[in-house]
Amino acid sequence: MTEEIKRPQRKGENPEKDPELLETNTGLKVKLFYDPEDVPQFDYKASLGNPGKYPYTRGIYPTMYRGKLWTMRQYSGFSTSENTNSRFKYLLDQGQTGLSLALDLPTQLGLDSDNPLARDDVGKLGVAIDSLRDMEEMFNGIPLDKISTSFTINSTASIILAMYVATAEKQGVDPSTLRGTIQNDIIKEYIARGTYIFPPEPSIRLIGDTIEYCIKNIPRFNSVSVSGTHICECGATPAQGVAYPFLTGIAYLREVLNRGYEVDDIAPLLSFHLIAGGVQFNFFQEIAKLRAARRLWAKILKERFNSASEKGMRLKFSTGGMGGGMTEQQPLNNIARIAFYALAAALAGSQSMNLPCFDEAYAIPTDEAIRTSLRIQQIIAYEIGVPDVVDPLGGSYYVESLTDSFEDEITVEMEKIDSLGGILRCVEDGTIQKQLADQAYTVQKKFESGDLIKVGVNRFQIDEEERELEVFEIDPETRARQIGRLNRIKNERDKDRVKGALEALRKAAVERKNLMPHMLDAVKAYATVGEICRQLKEVYGEASQVTVF
Amino acid sequence: MSSKRPIRVLIAKPGLDGHDKGAKIVARGLKDAGMEVIYTGIRQTVDSIVRTALQESIDVIGLSILSGTHLSLCEELMEKMAKEDLRDKMVVVGGIIPQKDVIRLKEMGVRAVFRPSSKVEDIAQCIRNEVQKA
Repeated sequence: MTEEIKRPQRKGENPEKDPELLETNTGLKVKLFYDPEDVPQFDYKASLGNPGKYPYTRGIYPTMYRGKLWTMRQYSGFSTSENTNSRFKYLLDQGQTGLSLALDLPTQLGLDSDNPLARDDVGKLGVAIDSLRDMEEMFNGIPLDKISTSFTINSTASIILAMYVATAEKQGVDPSTLRGTIQNDIIKEYIARGTYIFPPEPSIRLIGDTIEYCIKNIPRFNSVSVSGTHICECGATPAQGVAYPFLTGIAYLREVLNRGYEVDDIAPLLSFHLIAGGVQFNFFQEIAKLRAARRLWAKILKERFNSASEKGMRLKFSTGGMGGGMTEQQPLNNIARIAFYALAAALAGSQSMNLPCFDEAYAIPTDEAIRTSLRIQQIIAYEIGVPDVVDPLGGSYYVESLTDSFEDEITVEMEKIDSLGGILRCVEDGTIQKQLADQAYTVQKKFESGDLIKVGVNRFQIDEEERELEVFEIDPETRARQIGRLNRIKNERDKDRVKGALEALRKAAVERKNLMPHMLDAVKAYATVGEICRQLKEVYGEASQVTVF
Repeated sequence: MSSKRPIRVLIAKPGLDGHDKGAKIVARGLKDAGMEVIYTGIRQTVDSIVRTALQESIDVIGLSILSGTHLSLCEELMEKMAKEDLRDKMVVVGGIIPQKDVIRLKEMGVRAVFRPSSKVEDIAQCIRNEVQKA
C-alpha cells in the first residue's frame, strides 16, 4: 500500500501565498491560527462565566464531570419485553448507568403487533409494546427509582409515559422520583424521522399535555428531548442542527405558557439531543457549536422569556453521533470515529452520550459492537483524564472565536425560519424538508467526487473481500410470540373497564382536555397502544406527507 | 426500448421506517442523470407500490429499506408484480442489506442491491445498462 498522502488542493491551502481563508469540511472558513484579535469582545464573565454560572458556556453545573459523569447510554431494546429485560440487566451489569430504550416501529406508529401493516416490523428495530403488561415485564427486577430511562418515542410518547408511570406504581415506586427522558418531539418527525401519526396541531397539544403532567407529577423527568441529531443526519448544517431544535423547543414552551404556566416551571423539563459526529464532522467546530448552543439558549430564556431560575436557563443536552458517519468499508475504522465523536461530546460538556456502533452500516448492532461503544465512553471517563477539568478548551482563541461565530450563525438560521412564518409553517409547507434534501444531496455529491474525504471510502481504500461481519438476527418467531401475548392480555383484562376508559379518552380529546389522566386510566385497564391511537386518529385525523426531494 | 423516452423510475419506501434521506438522494441523482423519477413517500404497502408502478408505466422500481425487512417485502413485491404481469420491470433495492441476503434477493429476481457504499452515479449507470439490455 503506497498511497501518496496528499490532500486535494483547497482554497487557502497555503496562507502565505493565498491570504484567503481555508474552507473546512463543513464549509466554515478558518484562519491559519487564532490570536487575541479574533475574540475582540471577549469578556470572561459575560462570554463564559464560571461553570454553572450564566451564560453557562463552560457547562451547566459548577462541578460538571467531577460531580457527576455524563450518563452512558447505548440504544438498545429488541424483540419482546423479556429479551429486552435480559439485555437491560446485562448492560447494567456492564456498568451502564442509564437505559435507552428502542421501541419497534409499530409501537412508534400506534399499531398493535397483530396489525397487518406491522407484519414485517414487530420487534425489529426495538421492543414491541402493545400493553402495560409488556412494560411491566420489561422492567421486571429493575427498580425504577434506581435508574434513569430514556425512551425514543414521539407520536405515542404520552401512552408510553403513562405506562412507565403505571409500572412504577405497580413496583411500589413513587412516580415523583422517576428520572429519565422521553423524546416526545414531533416536529423533527415531520422533518426527518417519519414516525408521525396525527397532524401537527393536535400533536403539539399532546406534547403540551405530557409536559404539563410532568410539571405536576414527575418533575425530575425530562418531558421532551428536542432533537437536532436526526435533522443533521438528514442534511441540516451544524448551525441549523441547533437552530431548528431551539425553534421547536420554543414552540413547545409557548404551548405550555399558553396554559398559564411560568417559564421556570416548564423550561427545566425541556432537554435536547444534539449531534456530535455524524455524516459531516469537524472536531473543534462540534465542540464550539455545543458551547454556543448553551450560551444562546440561556440568553433566549433570560432575555426573551424572562426566566429567572438557573434550572430554566440551563441547556441540558445529550449527544449522539448517529449511524450516518459509519462506513461500510473498513468497518473497524468506525471505532476511531466513534471515539472522536465521544471525545468531542465530553469536551463540550454533554449530559449524556449515546454513540453509534461500528457495524451500523451492516445491520442492527451486535452485543460486541454496543459494548465497544460503551467501552469508548468508559475509556474517556476513567482512563485518560478527560473529565478532570471543566471545559478544558475554554479560552482557546480558536474555540472561543468559533463559539462566537456559531452563536451568530444559529441566531441567523432561527431568524430565517421565523421570517418565513415560523418552524411549524416551514415544516407543513415542506420548506425545511426541501432545504435539507438539497443540502444532503450536495454533501453526497462532494463525497462521491472526492471533494470531501472519507477515509477508507474515497481515500486510502483497500481491496476488501465481500466482508461478512457477524450480524445480529432477530428471532423470526418474535411476531407470533408477541401476538400470543397480546391475545392473552386481551382475554384476561376487564373489557368493560377498557371500553369505559377509551370512551373517556375520546371525549377528553374532543373537548381538548389534558389527556394524560385518561391515558393513565386506559393503560391501567390494559388498553393497547393501537386501541388508544385509533380513538385519537378518529378525533384528530392523520398527518399528510410531504415528499419533496 | 426506444432511446427517446427517458427511463421512468419509481423510488419507493415500503414498510414503516421513515428514514428517507437515502431514497431522496437517489431519486434526485437519477433525475439529474436524466431519468423521470417518482418518489412514493414513506410507509407504502407493496400493493400501493405495484398500483403506482402500473399507473405510471414505470421501467424500474427502486426500494429503499433500512429496517431489516427486505426479505419479506421483496418476496411479496416480486409475487405481486408477477401477478400483475410486471415481471419484465427491473427491481433494485438499496439500504442496510447484509451480504448473505444479497444473494437471496437476487434469487428472488432483484437485479441489483445497493448498500451505503454505493455511489449515486453508479446506481444510475447500473440502471441504464440493465434497462438497455432488456
